[in-house]
Amino acid sequence: MDAPAMPDNSFYSRQAWLILGLFAAVVLFVIPALRLALPPDNPLHLSDYYLLMLGKFMCYAIVALAMDLIWGYAGILSLGHGLFFALGGYSMGMYLMREIGAEGQYRSLMPDFMVFLDWKEFPWYWAGTEYFSLALLKILLVPSLLALIFGWFAFRSRIKGVYFSIITQALTFAFMLLFFRNDTGFGGNNGFTDFKRILGFSLAHPGTRVALFAITGLALILTLLLCRYVVLSKFGRVLAALRDAESRTMFSGYNTRDYKLFAWTLSALLCGIAGALYVPQVGIINPSEMSPANSIEIAIWVAVGGRGTLAGAILGAAIVNGAKSYFTVAWPEFWLYFLGALFVVVTLYLPNGVMGLARRRER
Amino acid sequence: MTRPKWYRLAAIAFLLLASLGRAFAIDGETAKQLGAEDGDAKLAAIQRLVGAADPAAIPLLKALQDDALVLVKGRLVIIDGDKAKDALSGASVDAPADQREAITVNNRIRAALDGAIASLKLVSPDRAERVAAARAVAGDPSDEMLPLIKTALSKETDDEVKRWLNQARALVEIKNSDPALRRAAAKLLGVGDIPQAKQILGKLLEKNPAGSFIEADAGVRDEASNALRAIERRALMPQIVATLFSGLSLGSVLLLAALGLAITFGLMGIINMAHGEMLMLGAYTTYVAQSLFRAYLPGWLDWYIVAAVPMAFAVAALVGIALERLVIRFLYGRPLETLLTTWGISLMLTQSVRSLFGAQNVEVANPSWMSGGFNLGADVVLPYNRVVIIFFAAFVVFLVWLFLSRTRLGLYVRAVTQNRTMADCMGIPTPRVDWMTFGLGSGIAGLGGVALSQIGNVGPDLGQSYIVDSFMVVVLGGVGQLAGTIIAAVGLGEINKFLEPFTGAVLGKIFVLIIIILFIQKRPQGLFALKGRMAES
Amino acid sequence: MTGEAMELNGGIESTGISHVIAGESIDVSHRAILYLEGVTVSFDGFRALNDLSFSIDVGELRCVIGPNGAGKTTMMDVITGKTRADAGTVFLGQTIDLSRRSEYEIARLGIGRKFQKPSVFENLSVWENLELALSGPKSVWHSLFHKRNSEEADRIDAMLRRINLIERPHAPAGLLSHGQKQWLEIGMLLMQEPQILLLDEPAAGMSDEETERTAELFRSLEGKHSLVVVEHDMDFVASLARKVTVLHEGRVLVEGSMAEVQNNAQVVEVYLGR
Repeated sequence: MDAPAMPDNSFYSRQAWLILGLFAAVVLFVIPALRLALPPDNPLHLSDYYLLMLGKFMCYAIVALAMDLIWGYAGILSLGHGLFFALGGYSMGMYLMREIGAEGQYRSLMPDFMVFLDWKEFPWYWAGTEYFSLALLKILLVPSLLALIFGWFAFRSRIKGVYFSIITQALTFAFMLLFFRNDTGFGGNNGFTDFKRILGFSLAHPGTRVALFAITGLALILTLLLCRYVVLSKFGRVLAALRDAESRTMFSGYNTRDYKLFAWTLSALLCGIAGALYVPQVGIINPSEMSPANSIEIAIWVAVGGRGTLAGAILGAAIVNGAKSYFTVAWPEFWLYFLGALFVVVTLYLPNGVMGLARRRER
Repeated sequence: MTRPKWYRLAAIAFLLLASLGRAFAIDGETAKQLGAEDGDAKLAAIQRLVGAADPAAIPLLKALQDDALVLVKGRLVIIDGDKAKDALSGASVDAPADQREAITVNNRIRAALDGAIASLKLVSPDRAERVAAARAVAGDPSDEMLPLIKTALSKETDDEVKRWLNQARALVEIKNSDPALRRAAAKLLGVGDIPQAKQILGKLLEKNPAGSFIEADAGVRDEASNALRAIERRALMPQIVATLFSGLSLGSVLLLAALGLAITFGLMGIINMAHGEMLMLGAYTTYVAQSLFRAYLPGWLDWYIVAAVPMAFAVAALVGIALERLVIRFLYGRPLETLLTTWGISLMLTQSVRSLFGAQNVEVANPSWMSGGFNLGADVVLPYNRVVIIFFAAFVVFLVWLFLSRTRLGLYVRAVTQNRTMADCMGIPTPRVDWMTFGLGSGIAGLGGVALSQIGNVGPDLGQSYIVDSFMVVVLGGVGQLAGTIIAAVGLGEINKFLEPFTGAVLGKIFVLIIIILFIQKRPQGLFALKGRMAES
Repeated sequence: MTGEAMELNGGIESTGISHVIAGESIDVSHRAILYLEGVTVSFDGFRALNDLSFSIDVGELRCVIGPNGAGKTTMMDVITGKTRADAGTVFLGQTIDLSRRSEYEIARLGIGRKFQKPSVFENLSVWENLELALSGPKSVWHSLFHKRNSEEADRIDAMLRRINLIERPHAPAGLLSHGQKQWLEIGMLLMQEPQILLLDEPAAGMSDEETERTAELFRSLEGKHSLVVVEHDMDFVASLARKVTVLHEGRVLVEGSMAEVQNNAQVVEVYLGR
C-alpha cells in the first residue's frame, strides 16, 4: 500500500491569492486614487466620509482576526478585547495629544484636560509620549504586556470557558471605570480628541488620510497572512487540539498554558495595533471603547462571518459594521433589535456563519 | 444646611442683647409699626418685639415674612387661606380682598426677620424649637453672639439645649486670648458632637512654618489632644457600624442580583447575560405598580410596593421561562454560544423598555414608611429603605433555601446540579426542572429589581450596571452553592465599602477585581468548591 | 494470528531502557520504574486513595482491577499529575519526584496515559492526531517554525498501519467508531514513545475480535515498555495473564497471579460479598 500523503497544507489556493492581490490593489491604489486624483464633483470621487468608514472597517477587521485566532481556533471566548484595542488607541492618542502642541484651547503645551485639572506638569507615565518611536513601542507593548500578565494568572489557575469570558469582561469593565476618572490622567469621559497632526502631517489633509488608510489596509493584509501562517503551523493544530481535548494535549506533552498564553498575547497585540490605526483616522478615543458591550460585539462579527475561518472574520466585521452604519442613520431605534436578533439567529441557525453557508452551497 | 449670612447672625445677637432683662407682652403700638411705610420704623419695631423676648411674637413675624400680614383699615390682620384674623387678639375678622393693604418687605427687613425669628426661638417655650435654634447657632457661631449665648445658657434648664449652647460657646472661646478659657473650651469641644470640632482641635496641634506650635499654651494643647481622642473614640463605633451597614446593604443588593444567576449557572452551566435585564424588568414592574396605584388606589399608594413584589416576580419569571423554552434549551452544552445569545436578548429587552418607557430614568418613590432612617449619632444615619432591603434579601434567601431543601422540585434541582446525566437516568424530568428553575432564577432577579428601584435610578441600562458585579459573586461563591453565594455577596459588599474610604469607589472596585483574580489562583472553583469527580465535567 | 501480532510489533522503534528524555535520565537501577508510597488523596473527607503503596518494574505488564470506587482512576490521576496527593510520594525511577511536576512535564518524562473515555482531537484528522502525539520538541517556539518532514511521515504511516487506520488518514477523528477511536488513542500514546503506558479500560466498547487484538498488542509491548492496565473485563485481564493488583477502598488488597487473585477469599468477598 502507498504511504498516505501528508495532509494538504498549502498556504492559499491560486484563487485565494488572486482575491487577496485584488484586495491589495484596491486598498493601496484604487481607493487612494479615487480620493486624491478625482475632482470632488466626479461621481466616482470618494468622500472623506466613506474613506473614514472603510478605514474603520479595516481596523475592525484586524480586531476580528485577532478574536478569531483566540476564539475560533483556541476556543477561548474573550469578552475583553475592546480593552486591548482601546489601550493601543490610547497609546497612539497620547502621542497625538503631544503633537497638538500649544494649539489647544488654552494655548498651553499641556493637553487641555490637564490644564483644566490645573496640573502643572505631566505625570510620570506621560514621559516620552512626544516621541513617535516610543509611541509605536508602547502600542506594541502595553496591550500585550497586560494580556500576558492577565493571561498568565488566568491560564495558570486553569480558568476556562464562561469563567474566563466573564473575568475578561470584568477586566475591561474595571479599566473603563479607571479611565473614566479624571484623575487617572487620560482625559476622563472625553478621552483624547481634537488631534491636529501626526509626524508633522496635518490630520485634516486628504493626503494624510489616504496614507493612514493605505497603511491600515497593508496592516490588515499582513495580519491576515500572519494569522494564516500561525493557524497552518503545527502551533495552530495544537490550538485546535487543546480546544477539543485539553487534557489529551497536556498528556501528549504540550504545555497548553504556554500555547494559550502565546495565542492570547498575540491576539491582544493585534488588537492594540488596530486601535492605534483607528484613533488618528477617527480622531477620538474615549473610555466607552472599553465598555463590555463593545467587546461582545467583536464576538458577533466573528460569529457572523464564521468562526475558525480567517476570511470569515473579515467578512463578518464588514457585514455587521456595514449594517450598523446603515441602521444608526436610517433606523437608529432598530439597531439594537437587529444586533440582538443577529446574536440569536447566528448562534441558533448559523453556527458556521456566512462562510459556512457559502461552503454548504459549494457542495 | 445653608450657611446663615453674617448679618443675620449679627442681628440675632443685637436683638437678643436688646431684649435682656425685659419682659413685656406684645405691645400693640409696636406691632402697629410693622405696618409702617418706613423701613427703619419697621426694623425698630422688629427689634422691640425681639427685645420683649416673648415667643408670642413669632407667628406675627412669620406672617410678615410670608407676606400674610396685611393692613385692613389700619388694623394688622393675618390672612390664612380664606380666613382672616386680628394679628393681636387672634379674633376672626372680615377682610374683603379689595380692602387689604400689603406690607412691603424688602431684603433688609427679610434678613432682620430671619434673625429675629431664629433668636426668639432660643427662648421659645417649645423645647424642640429651642433645640433646633441652639443647634443652628452651634453650627456657626460668631464672636458677637457670645453674650447672647451666655445669657440663654443662664436661663436654660434643658440638658440638650444646654449642650448645644455650650458647644457654641466653646467654639467662640477657643479663639479667646485667655489660655484658661481656651483650655475650658477645648475640654467642652471634646464632649460635644460638633462636626467642625475635630478640624479646629487638630489645627491647635499643628506647627506653623517657623516650627513653633500654632497654639502656644501647652495646657491647651494637652486638652485639645485629649478632646480629639475622645471625639475619635466616640465616632469610631458609629462609623464602623455605618460601614458595616452599607457593606451589608450593598451585599444584600448583590445577593438579590446574583442569587438567581448562581442557581441557573449551577443547574445548567450557562451564563445568562440577560439576567441583568430581569432586574431591570422587576424595577420597571415596580414603576408600573406605582403608577397603577397612583391612578386607581391613591389612598393605598404607600403599599404599592407590596403589590409590586409578586408582580415583579411573575413578570421576570415569565420572561425567563419564555427565554429558556424559546432559545436556551436549544443551546445546552454550548455555554459560550448561550452567553452570546442571551446577550443578544438582553440588547432587545433593553431596547424594548427604552421604546416603551423612554430612554430617561423613570421616577420610583419610596413609600413614606420607608423614608427616613435610624440616627446612630455622629452624623450616622441608617436609611429605612436599606434596612428593609437587607431584611427582604434575607427573606428571599430563606424562601430559596426552603424551596431547595423542602420541595420535590428543589430536590430535583439539587440532583440535576450535581449530575445531570444521572438525574436524567433516574427519571427526573430534566427539561421541566430546567424551565421551572430558570423561571425561578429570573423571578428572584425580578425581586432584586424591586429592591433596586427603592435605592437607585430606574432606567433601561439598570441591568448592565449590575451584571458584572453579580458575575463576580457567582465566580467567587462557586457553582450551585447557596452558602457560597451569600458569603461572596456580603463579603464583596463589605470589602467594597471598607476599601472605599481609602481608595475611592472606582479604585476600590478595581482592587476587588484584583483580589478576586488572586483568590481564584488559590481556589479556582470558588469558595465552596465541589471536589473530586463531580468537579470534572 | 502470530503473524499479525508480529506485524503489529513491527513499527516500534526500540527505545532502550534508560532512555534520555528532557535531559533527565530515569534511574532504574533497582528494577522498579514507578513507585507510589503512602499516597493518600481525599475529596471532602472521602478517601479515594488511602495510604496506597505500589510499584512496577521496568518492562512489566501489570493489570489493576478493583470494584467501583476502589481508586483506580484516581491512582492514574496522581501518577500523571492531574490530581495532587495529600500525602505520600510518587517517584519515576529512583530520582525523579513526580509529585512536583505538571501534566505535560510528566508526559515528556515518558508516561503516557489513555483515558477511560477515548480522548482524541475530534476536529483534526487521524494523521494530524498522530502527528501531534509524535515524540520530539513540543515548545511553542518549535511548533511555530516546525516543518513537516518525510521521516515523520514515515513514522506516522507505520503507526497508521499498526492501528488499522491506513485507509482513512484524512478523516476527522470525530467520525471514527468507538473502537477505532480507542485504537487511535493507543496509537497516539505509542507515538509518544513512553516508558510507561497507563491504560484506563482500553478494551471498553470493543468487539471481541478487537479486544483480542488489543490484548495481543499489549503483550507485544511488554518488555519494551512498562504497562499498567486497568480493566473490568476479567477475560481480558486473564488473557493478558500477568501479575494482577487488586485495589479496594484506596489501597492494595492483594497482588499476585490471576489464579491466586481469583482464589483469594478477600477478593471474592469484595466482588461478590455484601
